[in-house]
Amino acid sequence: MTPKVLIVDDEPNIVISLEFLMKRRGYQTLVARDGDEALAAVETFRPDLVLLDVMLPRRDGFEVCQLLRAAGWTGLKIVMLTAKGREAEMAKGMDVGADSYVTKPFSTRDLVDHVARILEGDR
Amino acid sequence: MNVKLRFGLALAVLAVWVLAGAVLVGAGILASIGPDDQRVLRRILADQAAFLAVAGLLFLGGLAVLVKRAFAAYVVPLKRIAAETRLVPVNPDYRLDVRKPRELQDLAAAVNELADRYRAAERDVGQRVAAARADLEQERNRLAALMSELTVAVVVCTIEGRILLYNAAALELLDPDRRGNVGLGRSIFGVVDRGLISHGLEPVRAGSANLATMTRGDQVLGVRVAAVPADGEASGFVLTIEDLTRRAETSERRDVLFRALTEGTRAPLGAIRAAIESMLDYPDMDLAQRQRFAEIVRDEARRLSDHLDRTLEESAAYLTDPWLLEEVLGRDLLTAAERSLRSLDGVTARIAEPDGELWLEADTPAVVRVITDLVSRLWTDLAVADVRLSLQATGRYAALDVRWDGPPLDPERMRKWTDQALVADVLERHGGEAWSSTGGGQTYVRLLLPLAKALPAPPEPVPRRRLRIGSRPEFYDFDLFRAVGPEDAWSTHRLDQLAFTVFDTETTGLNPSLGDEIVSIGAVRIVNGRLLRQETYEQLVDPGQPVPIESQKVHGITNDMLAGRPPIDTVLPVFAEFARGSVLVGHNIAFDLTFLKLKEERTGVRFTQPALDTLLLSPAVHPDHEDHSLEAIAERLGVSVLGRHTALGDAILTGEIFLRLLPLLAGRGIVTLEAALEAARKTHQARVSETLRKRY
Repeated sequence: MTPKVLIVDDEPNIVISLEFLMKRRGYQTLVARDGDEALAAVETFRPDLVLLDVMLPRRDGFEVCQLLRAAGWTGLKIVMLTAKGREAEMAKGMDVGADSYVTKPFSTRDLVDHVARILEGDR
Repeated sequence: MNVKLRFGLALAVLAVWVLAGAVLVGAGILASIGPDDQRVLRRILADQAAFLAVAGLLFLGGLAVLVKRAFAAYVVPLKRIAAETRLVPVNPDYRLDVRKPRELQDLAAAVNELADRYRAAERDVGQRVAAARADLEQERNRLAALMSELTVAVVVCTIEGRILLYNAAALELLDPDRRGNVGLGRSIFGVVDRGLISHGLEPVRAGSANLATMTRGDQVLGVRVAAVPADGEASGFVLTIEDLTRRAETSERRDVLFRALTEGTRAPLGAIRAAIESMLDYPDMDLAQRQRFAEIVRDEARRLSDHLDRTLEESAAYLTDPWLLEEVLGRDLLTAAERSLRSLDGVTARIAEPDGELWLEADTPAVVRVITDLVSRLWTDLAVADVRLSLQATGRYAALDVRWDGPPLDPERMRKWTDQALVADVLERHGGEAWSSTGGGQTYVRLLLPLAKALPAPPEPVPRRRLRIGSRPEFYDFDLFRAVGPEDAWSTHRLDQLAFTVFDTETTGLNPSLGDEIVSIGAVRIVNGRLLRQETYEQLVDPGQPVPIESQKVHGITNDMLAGRPPIDTVLPVFAEFARGSVLVGHNIAFDLTFLKLKEERTGVRFTQPALDTLLLSPAVHPDHEDHSLEAIAERLGVSVLGRHTALGDAILTGEIFLRLLPLLAGRGIVTLEAALEAARKTHQARVSETLRKRY
């Protein structure tokens, strides 16, 4: 079964790259552009992993992450993406239930490997 | 008019009176008798002329003796009584002692009775004044205590720049070596540029918290000037001075960071843009060329990323606002929060697992407010009545947790809470984060606050000295607002408004011209009629020669004590600085001045200010007393004699005596410096002629 990856980001340019990379790696993808869309998409799309940007309009990534965990999505892998890259933010992300934290800009290869490792760790 | 002159005059008037009486009586008798009787009388008078003349002279002589005795018995003692009566207000324990004549004894007794009543009344008034003053004093002490606790330096000055008030921080910042630059009544312009202050006082800027910076050595100081208004115009100004060295350092680093971020990104961006635009503009380029351009874009973008990461990593310490945050011990922060939480009804808070030596960089009151706000919200929203505060380090941050049992704050409520201005501002300023979560069986809201970081070359090299409140030094004197500046012409100013440096020296011997030298200088300042005991100067001086045993016996300064002390050449400039802008005062000051004058040529240090001598001022007040030694004057004026024959001890004693002489001088109309100098000059002349008279 092909793993499913939900990409949550409101910047179209990075979404294009992320989608391309995930597809090339053989994952099924879906894009959500804000927090509420993401919450809805998780219910319908049932992804294995969410690439979740922190800076989203309205509900931010932390909140989405916490809501997902609170809603019982414990097995879902969540990789948070941020442009800020502050240590405090990273600590917050991990504490609210993210599996890992990736700072923009990132190396595409590293990101793809990272996502693969996390998905494999599942099995 | 002196006593002798008046005595002569009285005698002359009496003689003329008696002679005139005799002549009138004679003329009357001659006119009333017949010519025969006149002839007889004339003959008798002519025959007895010699006898009559002798009788007349004897009578006049007797009169003279009588008048002289009357003067001696009444006039001279009366003068003494007058002088001594004037002593009573200065020394209320002083009593007149007159044995005869009886009438004057009565007068003296009456004066003494009045003195008793005066003393009683004065004590009464004194007590009431003391009680009233105690309140004022308490206010002042509070002010002094407040000022001493301020880490920011505060100096209050008159519009002429004379210092009225300063705190320990100001002393530490502006006068770390205690050179006497900062002291009551001293000019602030010696340490802070006059232009900077007048710039800050311009009406346009009035009231604004305008910060000007100045450098002092390798320190950067920020100076704020605020006018003290009185009757619509500035009567003085308040300076607050901060050490901005660290801030400047930080802002410099920010500049470097900013430059690194802008300039350092231009080159890679340029390369990326050139490569990518070439690729897009020339779609027909061959594959190898295309590949090379693509690699350029990748490499340069990587370079940019690395550059950004590295720069941020290096500058992380400077990205927060360190001057808004203070280093605080974690335990203290928790204690402050816990104390604040006691004000919330229905909520109990305790500190769990305090992590001993965690130092944070935090705005403590703001963080405490945030925690209090949070806990009160937990109480109203979730009915949380029992919270625990804990703190532990995580990376470069400290996690401050408010823990409770029960469900966490849901993310939406949490976001609403962190979106509040109060919380958002605190998080922003600390570069921190806040969230609510559950972990290890406990629910918590966690605040991430920066741990204190070791900055390179921390400022504040000098430990602050605390003011001791018990023996509160006189760091303020608001009466100076009425006092005059030392830069004005001296002579016409009132004595009680001038600044004085009372000093004394101990020496190797009594003959400066024969090579005796100073071994010790002590001085104390009098400003506005107050002896400033914390503004003293005391220095042992290496005289460059052994101290004779007999001199050692006088002042107790031995050769061992002088070994390694500075020579007079380096001491005098410092002392001159201490005495700058003040009138010199001493007892038998001519002696001390001689030592100073003899050094003028070699050291180039000149003491050009006026000098007053208590040895000469005392006779101006008490011409009828013979003894004007320091001890005798002290006893007369009710000054206790302690610690004599140390330079500083004698200087302080002289200062106290000088202060008590001032009202007595005023009673004789001597209120200005000019008048005092004149009085001293007169006494000096009188003493010289007295000495000459006794000698020949």
